[in-house]
Amino acid sequence: MGTVSNNKENNNINSGREGVRGWLNPTRYGWERVSYWLQRLTGLFLLVYFVGHVYETSSITNGIDAWNSMLELTQTIGGHIFLILVIGTSTFHTVNGIRLIFTESGKGLGKPGRPDYPYNPSSLNYIQKSGIWVALLLACIAMLYGGMVLFGEGG
Amino acid sequence: MALLRLRESQITKIHYLTGILSLFAVAIHIIFRLIMPFGQSLSYENVVANYHNIFYVILLESILVLISIHGFNGLRIILIELRQLHRWESTITILVLISMVGVIAYGTRTIVIASGL
Amino acid sequence: MSNEDNKKVILKVYRTNYNKDDSPHYDKFEVPVKRWTTVLDALLHVKSYSDSSVGIRYSCRMASCGSCGMKINGRPSLACYTKISELKDDVVVCEPLPNFPRIRDLVSDFSQFFSHHKNMKPFIQNDKVSLDIDDKHDLVEFEQTHEDVDRYLQFSYCIRCGLCYSACPTVATDPKFPGPQALSQAYRYEADSRDDSKKTRFNIIDERHGIWRCHFAGSCSVVCPKGVDPALGIQLLKGHMLGLSKNNKKLSNLRTKNKE
Repeated sequence: MGTVSNNKENNNINSGREGVRGWLNPTRYGWERVSYWLQRLTGLFLLVYFVGHVYETSSITNGIDAWNSMLELTQTIGGHIFLILVIGTSTFHTVNGIRLIFTESGKGLGKPGRPDYPYNPSSLNYIQKSGIWVALLLACIAMLYGGMVLFGEGG
Repeated sequence: MALLRLRESQITKIHYLTGILSLFAVAIHIIFRLIMPFGQSLSYENVVANYHNIFYVILLESILVLISIHGFNGLRIILIELRQLHRWESTITILVLISMVGVIAYGTRTIVIASGL
Repeated sequence: MSNEDNKKVILKVYRTNYNKDDSPHYDKFEVPVKRWTTVLDALLHVKSYSDSSVGIRYSCRMASCGSCGMKINGRPSLACYTKISELKDDVVVCEPLPNFPRIRDLVSDFSQFFSHHKNMKPFIQNDKVSLDIDDKHDLVEFEQTHEDVDRYLQFSYCIRCGLCYSACPTVATDPKFPGPQALSQAYRYEADSRDDSKKTRFNIIDERHGIWRCHFAGSCSVVCPKGVDPALGIQLLKGHMLGLSKNNKKLSNLRTKNKE
C-alpha cells in the first residue's frame, strides 16, 4: 500500500526517551501505575500547600488584625474547596504511602516461584490493588467529612 | 558535608521514618482543630493559647521538621530523575537543602514569636 | 470460506532512518490475518509482499530470544507473542520500543540497556571458588535444594527483550537508572545460594540513580512476557537492603568432584 501518511515528529525523538510524558501518562499499565502517578502529584501538591501553610500561619506574629484578614482569605468557597482537596490528597498520600513502605520492604508481594502461563505477576496481586482502592476510598470519605465540617458551619 | 554523602538507602530510611512520624504528629495537630467547632478553633485567642502550650509547640516544631525533610526530599527525588547532569544534581541537592532549612527557620520564627505573644 | 478467513487489518508501521536524516512517518499496509496470525507474521507478510525495506529485528518467533520487542498499539510487547485477533482492533500500530535510542524503523539500539545489565555483574561470584582452573579434577559443584532454586529461578527466565525497560516511568526520564531488567538480575544473583557477592552488588545499586529510583509503578511486571515479575525482585531486594526483610539464604556447600 505504501506511504499514506507523513507525520513529522520531534527531532529529539531518536533518543527514544518518553520523557516527562512517560510518567505523566498513567493510563496504560494498570492501578499500580495510577498509584505511582497520584503519589507524585499529591506529594507535590502537599509540599506547595505545606509551604503556603507555614507562610499563612506566620501572620499570627503580626497581631489579631493580620490573623483575621488571613482567615477571611481562607474562609471562602474557593478556600474551602482547596482545603477539601488538601484533605483528600493528604489522606491518599498517607494511606498509599504506608502501603508502599510495606511493599518496598518486600511485604505483601507474594513469593518468587516457577512462573506458569499466563504469567500473572505475583507482585501485582489483590493486596496491592485493594491497598490502592482503600486509599482512594478513604480519600473520598475524608473529603466528604471535611466538606461537612467546612461547609456545615456555613463557612 | 556529611549530609550530602549519605547513601541513598539511608536517605530512603529517613524518608520513610519522617513520613510515618509526621502521620502521627499531623493527626494530633488536626485533632486540635476538631475538638471544638472548626471556625472557633481558629480564633486568634485560641491559636495563641495553643502556642503557649509547650507540648503543642514541640508538636508543631516536629511537624515542621518532619514534613520539611520528607517533602523536600520527595521533591529532590522527582527533580534528579528528570535530568542527570552532575551540575544540575548538585544544584538541586543544595537548593532543596537551603529551601528545607529556610522553611524550618521561618516556621520556627513564627512558633517562637507566637509563644511569646 | 468464513468471514474470519477473509479478515484484513491495517498495519501502521513507524518508518524512519536516522542515518539518512529521514523524517519519521507511518506507512500503512493492509494485511490478511487469521485467528492465529501474530504481529510478527503480519510484519513478515509486509516484508514479503509489500515493502521489503521495513526494518525489524527478530529471530526465534517463539518468545525465547527477545529480539522482536516493539510498541504495539501503545504497549511494549513481543511481536511474535502478540496475536492480532487478541488486540481486537482493525488498526495495529507498530512503533519502536520507547526509552531506547532508535536506529531504523522498528529497530532500536540496546547497547545502553545491555551495559546496565553488565554493570550488575550477572554471573555467580564466590570467593571459595577459583575461576582459573587448569585441571578438570579441580572442578567443584554447588549443592542446591529445589527451594534454593525456586528463590531465583523465576528471575533467570529473563530473555532481555527490553519490554520492562521501555515501560518503566523512571527510565523514561533517567538513563542512569539501571532499569527493572538489570535490577531484577541483581536480585537473581543475590538470591542465588551459590553467590556470595552481596556487598559488591549492593554498593553498585545503592547510589543516587540506583535501586531507590524505583517507586513500584509495576509497569515492568505488567509487560513482561516471561513471568519474570521484575517489580517483585526489586522490592524484595530493597527490603533486604533496608534490613526490613530477611533473605534466608544459606550459602551452598561445595562438593568436589571425585577423581576418576
